[in-house]
Amino acid sequence: MKPGTRDWLRRNLFSDGFSSVTTLALFVAALWWLPGLIDWLLLQAVFRPDAAACQAANHAGACWGVVAEKYRVILFGRYPYEEHWRPLLATALLLAVILASGLRLLPRGPLLAAWALALPAFILLMGGGAFGLVRIGSDQWGGLPLTLLLATLGMLLALPLALLVALGRRSQLPLLRGLCTLYVELVRGVPLISVLFLASFLFPIILPAGTSIDVLLRVQGGIVLFAAAYLSETIRGGLQGVPLGQHDAAAALGLGRWQAMRWIILPQALRAVIPSMMNSAVSIFRDTSLVTVVSMYELTGALSLALAGDAQWRSFQLEGYLFIGLIYWIGCHAMSRFSRGLERTAA
Amino acid sequence: MQGRRARQLGIQALLAAALLAALWWLLAVTSANMAERGIRSGFDFLTEPAGFAIGESLLAFESTDSALWALAAGLANTLRVALPAIAASTLLGTLIGLGRLSPNLLLRGLCAAYVETLRNLPLLLQLLAWYFVVTDLLPLGSRALQLAPHVFLSKSGLAMPWLGGESGLLDLPLRGEMNIVGGATLTPEFLALFLGLSLYTAAYVAETVRAGIQAVPRGQSEAALALGLTRVQLFRLVLLPQALRSIVPPLTNQHLSLTKNASLAVAIGYPDLVSVANTTLNQTGRAAECIALIMAVYLILSLITAWLSAWLERRSGRWAERS
Repeated sequence: MKPGTRDWLRRNLFSDGFSSVTTLALFVAALWWLPGLIDWLLLQAVFRPDAAACQAANHAGACWGVVAEKYRVILFGRYPYEEHWRPLLATALLLAVILASGLRLLPRGPLLAAWALALPAFILLMGGGAFGLVRIGSDQWGGLPLTLLLATLGMLLALPLALLVALGRRSQLPLLRGLCTLYVELVRGVPLISVLFLASFLFPIILPAGTSIDVLLRVQGGIVLFAAAYLSETIRGGLQGVPLGQHDAAAALGLGRWQAMRWIILPQALRAVIPSMMNSAVSIFRDTSLVTVVSMYELTGALSLALAGDAQWRSFQLEGYLFIGLIYWIGCHAMSRFSRGLERTAA
Repeated sequence: MQGRRARQLGIQALLAAALLAALWWLLAVTSANMAERGIRSGFDFLTEPAGFAIGESLLAFESTDSALWALAAGLANTLRVALPAIAASTLLGTLIGLGRLSPNLLLRGLCAAYVETLRNLPLLLQLLAWYFVVTDLLPLGSRALQLAPHVFLSKSGLAMPWLGGESGLLDLPLRGEMNIVGGATLTPEFLALFLGLSLYTAAYVAETVRAGIQAVPRGQSEAALALGLTRVQLFRLVLLPQALRSIVPPLTNQHLSLTKNASLAVAIGYPDLVSVANTTLNQTGRAAECIALIMAVYLILSLITAWLSAWLERRSGRWAERS
């Protein structure tokens, strides 16, 4: 053993008695558990969409065949089977724009144009009703595209609202300040489910007769209202973090209150809180799973849709959960990696 | 100055007028809609019989009891799962948070992997998966796993000894022909919710604890070690008192989120406040009232937590000064 290796081992695995015992215990645990885990995950697993083989394996190995058999329903929910190319294309489009923004593949102008094109294109592809595409009601949208749409629009629409509310809470008008505070504290005090119930049960009653907005819009509205309350607290924190001298300097330069806000204060405040805003984006992405409770079949709901009613496959739901869990994990992990990258470049 | 004040007053008056107009319009539209659809309003339904059963409850409840009592039973169920989960997540989370600061690479990596995995999966998904594991993958009652003497885990839940029973002192569960007999049983719904909430929140608690300890300046540890304190002493006498001050406020926030997250019970059929209110809503059609009740209860819980947190902060500050 090279002295470097020995040093490394001593420092990282055997620095003191407790550390050594921990290392040994973890090794024994790994020897005990890992073979069984690898067996279940890979060696004894059934990869073919063959229900009989899965039943025969009797949970000694995972039944990945359930994913092979049901992936289209899991990914696209109740969307008509022969039209699946549309949600696939729409998802790819939206993901491409999101990735282009995250990796900064495009300069600002083209990027904004891409967003302005991608969102209507997404809605058009999913909804149809033009260019010879069959009309598909939003009640039939589901799976991954729905999750992506709810999360993306949720974040995009919540941001401006949150900004207004954050500015409102710093207003000199006590009434406006009070209203914004009331909104933020009210929403942050209650669970998301109650806001979704509000959106799905109450919005129809409080709108004028004759105007009916579909359930997707209502739920999206609920998510936006919920996310904006949390985001506005983040932005407010950023605003408070800008040193007072910046305000004074802007005023000394002859900038008005709004000019100073637009050009001096906001850019600094927003840049400082990008990591926390990314955390909020991760939360929104994960929390979209809750719309299952108000009967929308996004990724989590679509899985139950695909498996719960199917006697042949329903006992392999755990494999299904692991599959969509992987999708969620990749999304969340990518977002937090991106945020950490930003922090490093900012520092 | 005078002009600016007047203008501000003017804007506020306009704002108030617009708000009142909007509220009036909203009320007018709502009552028109409700009249048209024949929806009654008011809280009178609370005193009428609930008309549905509740799967499990701390408070004695029958379907002939009032809806208000049903909601109270729901709130009791929320607290019954939230309080033990808060304790468990704090304990586990603290251990994992400390593990992430361990000099041992394996332990550090394992704890980091735990946090990264559980934080990046939707809680609902975790709850559904736990519920599935408990209700589908565990053995039947007749072949229950025995975890300890007289503690059985099976599809029908976790059976354990409890006070009372025929002998008068301890009621011990036994493996019967078909199912476990005797003892007290925690239902699969409770188990899944408790496990899911505790394990998920532990990941957040771990991050809070880690951040709190890392926020204590390095010089403090170096000085303590230079004085000859052991690692345990260093932790107990130097790091913990200082870290607690920055840990307590976010920690109470985690506890509050856990309580709010307990509302996901509705997805796996544990009768917490939200699922009882949801059932009441479906039975009576009083959507506004039921949602208002849920929100009011959670707001009160938030206020109580905020108050407790402030009190704890004062205390932990004092404790830090004393030691």
